[in-house]
Amino acid sequence: MKYVDEYRKKDLIISVSDKLKAVSKKEIVLMEVCGGHTMAIQRFGLHSLLPATIRLISGPGCPVCVSSQHFIDMAMAYSKIPGVIITTYGDLIRVPGSTTSLEKERANGSDVRIVYSVLESLEIAKNNPEKKIVFLGIGFETTAPLTAAAILQAKKENITNFFVLSAHKVMPPVMKALVEEGVKIDGFIAPGHVTAITGTAIYNELVEVCGLGVVVSGFEPVDMMQAILMLTEQIESGTPKVEIQYQRVVHFEGNKIAQQMLEDVFELRDDRWRGLGVIQKSGLGIREELSSFDAEKQFSVEVPESTEPKGCICGQILRGLKTPVDCGLFGKKCTPTDPVGACMVSGEGTCATYFKYRV
Amino acid sequence: MNNQEAKIMLGHGSGGKMMHSLIEDIFIKHFSNSILKEQTDSAILKVGSSEIAFTTDSFVIDPLFFPGGNIGKLAVCGTVNDLAVSGAEPLYLSVSFIIEEGFPISELEIIVESLAGEAKKAGVLIVTGDTKVVNKGKCDKLFINTAGIGRIKKEDASISKALDIKPGDVIIVNGTIGDHGMAVMNARESFNFKTNVESDCASLNHLIREVLDKSQVKFMRDPTRGGVATVLNELVGKTKLGIEIEESSLPINPGVKAMCELLGFDPLHIANEGKVLIVATEKEGHEILEILKKNELGKRSTIIGRVVSDHPGKVVLRNETGGRRIIDSLSGDQLPRIC
Repeated sequence: MKYVDEYRKKDLIISVSDKLKAVSKKEIVLMEVCGGHTMAIQRFGLHSLLPATIRLISGPGCPVCVSSQHFIDMAMAYSKIPGVIITTYGDLIRVPGSTTSLEKERANGSDVRIVYSVLESLEIAKNNPEKKIVFLGIGFETTAPLTAAAILQAKKENITNFFVLSAHKVMPPVMKALVEEGVKIDGFIAPGHVTAITGTAIYNELVEVCGLGVVVSGFEPVDMMQAILMLTEQIESGTPKVEIQYQRVVHFEGNKIAQQMLEDVFELRDDRWRGLGVIQKSGLGIREELSSFDAEKQFSVEVPESTEPKGCICGQILRGLKTPVDCGLFGKKCTPTDPVGACMVSGEGTCATYFKYRV
Repeated sequence: MNNQEAKIMLGHGSGGKMMHSLIEDIFIKHFSNSILKEQTDSAILKVGSSEIAFTTDSFVIDPLFFPGGNIGKLAVCGTVNDLAVSGAEPLYLSVSFIIEEGFPISELEIIVESLAGEAKKAGVLIVTGDTKVVNKGKCDKLFINTAGIGRIKKEDASISKALDIKPGDVIIVNGTIGDHGMAVMNARESFNFKTNVESDCASLNHLIREVLDKSQVKFMRDPTRGGVATVLNELVGKTKLGIEIEESSLPINPGVKAMCELLGFDPLHIANEGKVLIVATEKEGHEILEILKKNELGKRSTIIGRVVSDHPGKVVLRNETGGRRIIDSLSGDQLPRIC
């Protein structure tokens, strides 16, 4: 398949691997922030191609995994309101809240529908004028512009029964928070699709203030090996900077139109991250002037304070401090069929990825 | 499933792990008998001095019409294939219709016509049936159940039991995988992918008969819901051996591959309706390949992997760069109502 096969070529991967082994001297820790990267590393078995000096740790870049239990509980509460249709991306319906999951609520009679694009929710709204459609907005700068586009479209078409429960988040504050918290990281493999929207300026502080290297990577094995090589060369030569490996998609200035949409619809607010707590200015709330589309403003639900499930170490895994095999629940009480923590639910979750792919 | 509150979820019908635990915990628990316990595609029954195979399947696919077939054709292929992979020669089918009030009779006739056409092609007779109509909104348009019986030769009766599998045996598939699930998905969801992916929906009984008559097959199964991955996981569960699959050897249509890449699906988990997985010794395997390739339904047959003594109970996929990963059966529901 074009644009895929070229980036999975064995010879190319091996040659980058050989070069990496020649270049790497220092013991370093690199964090792949994005869940898509975690999945690619496991799926293609890239660990076995790295020199022993390089250790990869997984970051908080799986949208499902970092959505707080509180958010899931709120979604559940909305699903129980008569006349509400919940629309959501697929993985979210299996994430356990404090007492139940959307999947179980669906079996109890709630109307929960999986969509592949937020724009499908608008169609559902138009076809069901007597219902209220609540879209669960999750994801980073990659998916947030789509939600923004849907809200702007709803406004334009005067659709009054479409609402968004936003748990959209932005990447830079959490990356910075991890470094400030003292997680040992020598460089970031930065998310390709987030950066395609934001541009690379969001990483400047990490380089200038924290002295860390950042390489924006694609998602195929050749991409990832090359990104790791670029980061390693930066670290070995002591010249941290922002570089783009994923040049066929990402440009330094990003996607200006999408940035403007984000700006028009959302504003930064403090937000909860599963296992990481509240991080300042890390979430995207819907602007006051568009509050007629904001589920939180339009109907209130009471949700008790939620607690993390006992024994679950998703928080430490999301911080790169532990790996799934360090967790007492992993593969025993917590499996993809019956997940305890969110990291076991999403296809991009570190635990699910380990469970699925590790031989 | 000891929770009083537990309810049926879509995943319980997915052909994966949730369905297996439902079958174990509820159905086997109450129905248990020596024939059912085998949990093969068809029950093998002794009637007088001969043996017959008996099976049933229900079809709730949405949409009723999809590229490559419709619910009527599928209702024949599904049951015929369940009999055929059990080593039986399918003979007679029953067909039951559950129809929603208001369903157009013209559409029903198109579906019945193709059901009849496929039965003729497969050489089976439809000998009994039933019709029920339910109030509008009480079922989704049309559901079909078929049951079938077939004659089975003594030497083929244990083919579903995977009794003699050994390390070194090869695993063959008779063509591309994932076509049915992706064709249905593209017809149903609003992706509008411009692709020519078609369901592989076909009756395999003649093809399988030819293979059984001319060679030694150790095990056969049709990888429907849950896909190739689920069948192979059942096999390693039964045999306590491992299986190694070569990623580069998997036959996958470019359209299916592209859809899977975009949607994050693994083609090994996607349903097929015209495919059979065959296990045989390496030597027999090459002869079986020759037989399959001469048939229209087996042109792209290939060896996709081998039985190994390493990693017992696990199916491992080796990719081109030498990386290895586990292929688990499907957990939860990936694509509901595909058959």
